[in-house]
Parts: sequence; C-alpha cells; structure tokens
Amino acid sequence: MITLPQRILDEIATQAAEEAPNEACGYLAGRDGAAVERYAMTNADASPEHFSFVPHEQFAALKRAREADLELIAVYHSHPETPARMSAEDIRLANDPSTVYLIYSVPERRIRGFTVTREKEVREHDVRVALDDRNTAQLTG
Amino acid sequence: MRLKINGRQEEVVADKLSVVELLKAKDVEMPDMVSVQLNGEILERAAFENTTVKEDDEVEFLYFMGGGRQEVR
Repeated sequence: MITLPQRILDEIATQAAEEAPNEACGYLAGRDGAAVERYAMTNADASPEHFSFVPHEQFAALKRAREADLELIAVYHSHPETPARMSAEDIRLANDPSTVYLIYSVPERRIRGFTVTREKEVREHDVRVALDDRNTAQLTG
Repeated sequence: MRLKINGRQEEVVADKLSVVELLKAKDVEMPDMVSVQLNGEILERAAFENTTVKEDDEVEFLYFMGGGRQEVR
C-alpha cells in the first residue's frame, strides 16, 4: 500500500489539469510507503499520448530525495482523457519492478497504483489518501 | 574496488568494470533502459560498453520512465 497526503493528490490533479491535454508526470518521494514530497517532472514528449522523463531532472530528483532522507517510491503520470489503467505502452515501458506506478485519470478524477514485474505481470497496488492523521480514504478498486 | 552506487558505499569484487558489467552485477537486466550518471556526468548509452568505473567513482542509475496511450487493459 502507498499512502498519499490529500495535499499531494490535489497537487497531482492540479498539475494534470494545467498540463492537459498533455500527460503530466513526476516522482513521489517518501519512506515506508508513505509519500512526503512530490517532484513534478517535465514531460519530454510534451504529448497527450506519451510521456517520458528528462534524465537530468531524474537525477536531480534522486539527489533532492536523498538529501531529505527520502526515497523515490513512486512514479505518477496523468491520463488526460482515459481511465486510470495501465496502457500497453505503460506496461511495456515499466522497467522498474521496485517502484509503484500511479496513474491519475483526469476525467475520472481518480488515482490508481500498479506494480509491474520483470515478466510484465501487472498488479494493482492499494493507494490510500490520508485526509488527516486519524483517517484515510481508499481510492482504489 | 570501492564504489559509491546510488548513494551507498559498496565493495565490488573487480579491479576493472565496464558500466554494462556493473549494471548486470546490480541485476539491471536491460541496460538500455537506464540512465547512468558517473561522477556527476550523464553518460550516453552508447558509452556504457566502453566506459570503465574505477575505485571511488560515484555511479547513479535510474530507470527510463515513460509510457503512453495505446490499448488499455
């Protein structure tokens, strides 16, 4: 399970809206499955149908996370017009079996998480949004 | 030799290692799908084979991140 503060989910939604019709993307940094920071990344493809990260921004994000004693725990991108599902291209390019791939669907206003094994088996990964310190809301399924 | 790999000091049992060999040693099965930074400089993928790492080098690697919209499942 990965836990997002409501603030981060709101930031992802805002970034997705601002960058629409293109796909928006970024990393989440945190520890023990709890996201603490969001690092918006440039979509090098600047496309409504594709995204890719810029390597020097990736390394900068890694350094920033490390300096904050965090790890890069998830990658997110938006689907401006389609549901929060892994597309065939998302699966093909999901090369890191250790990370969580989050997809935020703009029309659905919903985020879902997935992991992808080396054999390209896709598994849903629970995403919980922390509304406050005592309460969480599950947005998966 | 001693290397700093993704921020951690590690001992690698080799005196000379190409970037490709190092990635394989770190269980990276698809070197073409990673970006590598050696001592702060991003390497071109074409240079992975012929670039060697040496004692006290700092190596960072990250997977290519991308996706796209095709058929959904």
